[in-house]
Amino acid sequence: MLKGKGIPIFITFLVGMIMIISFFIPHKPFGDIEKISLNWYSIIAGFTMLLGVDSLIGMHFRKLKRKDENWFFSLVLILGFTATVVVGIIETVRFGTAFDDKSYFTYIYNYFIVPLQSTMFSLLAFFIASAAYRAFRARNFDATLLLITAIIVMLGRVPLGEQISPYLPKFTEWIMQVPQMAAKRGIGLGISLGALGVSIRIILGIERSYLS
Amino acid sequence: MNFFIKLSKIDRRFIYLFIALVVVLPLIFKPKFPVVVSKPVQDVYDYIEKLPEGSNVLISIDYDAASMPEQQPFLEALLRQLFKNKLKPILIVQWQLGAPLGTMGLEKIAKEMGAVYGVDYINLGYRPGYVAQMVGIGKEIRDYFKVDYRNIPLDSFPMMKNVHNYNDIALLVGLEAGSTYLAWIEYAGGRFKQKIALALNAVSAPDAYYFYQSGQIVGLVGGMKGAAEYEVLVDKPDLAVAGMASQSYSHLVIILFIVLGNIAYFIEKGMKNKEGGK
Repeated sequence: MLKGKGIPIFITFLVGMIMIISFFIPHKPFGDIEKISLNWYSIIAGFTMLLGVDSLIGMHFRKLKRKDENWFFSLVLILGFTATVVVGIIETVRFGTAFDDKSYFTYIYNYFIVPLQSTMFSLLAFFIASAAYRAFRARNFDATLLLITAIIVMLGRVPLGEQISPYLPKFTEWIMQVPQMAAKRGIGLGISLGALGVSIRIILGIERSYLS
Repeated sequence: MNFFIKLSKIDRRFIYLFIALVVVLPLIFKPKFPVVVSKPVQDVYDYIEKLPEGSNVLISIDYDAASMPEQQPFLEALLRQLFKNKLKPILIVQWQLGAPLGTMGLEKIAKEMGAVYGVDYINLGYRPGYVAQMVGIGKEIRDYFKVDYRNIPLDSFPMMKNVHNYNDIALLVGLEAGSTYLAWIEYAGGRFKQKIALALNAVSAPDAYYFYQSGQIVGLVGGMKGAAEYEVLVDKPDLAVAGMASQSYSHLVIILFIVLGNIAYFIEKGMKNKEGGK
């Protein structure tokens, strides 16, 4: 009889086997089972968003309640989140979509979300420049090789490289297509074989760490 | 010597200032840089040029505002080519926050090219659970997209009447800021033999080179440079081409800082060795 951890292990085995079989035999009944499983997957994916919201808001409420350091930012987050959700719901009811041209939700998106996301990503350029200046040192042979390659690729990937020499972009392309790719392929194959091994171990119930 | 030692301890705010200047000034003064088209980008363009008139092209918006400078110019250049060749874009979104960017680009270029919604192009919007969706589209797109992004039933649009699965889609173009493209290659490409072209952020473009070499994708547009090349190909230089000068100068400044940092490092190391030898 199945009991305790045996139940989730059996369910994992059953679902895993059905998905493998339906991949190779996409006909009835396996094709239908796969379709139902995929619908469930979509529904679960939708609900994971709720879990994320619960975790985010819960954490910031606790920070606010305890008046932890930087509690003010938690307040801004909670107010911002509430306002966005409320406006989103109202505007969806009004226009059929939250992203209508006249919707306030579009305003929030264009004038808050877009600049905030763009700013966060743009800051990377400054941090990378500063970090490269401080940390990118030719300390040994490997670091020197990496440094020279990085400089060639950085120049070869922008039009300035073409101005310096027409061979620079070609050499960059060779670096990308041959040594870079050889290393990536090796890593990729290793990761894929590892994932395959772990998947089989999970389906067969050998790997059980996901239960704890 | 002292100059380099002092330079190695330079306040990082000066570095930030230099970077800001080399990014902003070229955008104001617009110096011209010739953009040479690379083979992976040319391959995407050529493949689309050979598609028969009326073919459907599925565009997946898998980026958000953080990647807008890299992806939005390519989206617009791609849509210009599609509408010019009388191809029909079907837009779907895998990153929720990319939905308005896709819509914005699509509506802007459709207006410019005189395309009609539901006849020449359609916007299906976002649905959660991208893996399920990618497999599901292989059977019937209506299982996941019964309605468009404004909740209008798909069957009410003339262009969608004969679109059911990947067999009715000539090319899938993924505009990617993350790793969603791996699932496209695995499921749409591997399982349903869907032809795929990718536009990736510069930072992740090297990861997709082996899919290009193995023929799993027809071509690859990498970062703002790739977008600039595409703008040149569709003969409409725009934001990406304008950004090339900023990108060129900022790369140059970063390289100069790295070189200066290394000179300072070796001088300092030499001085320490000398002191140690005494």
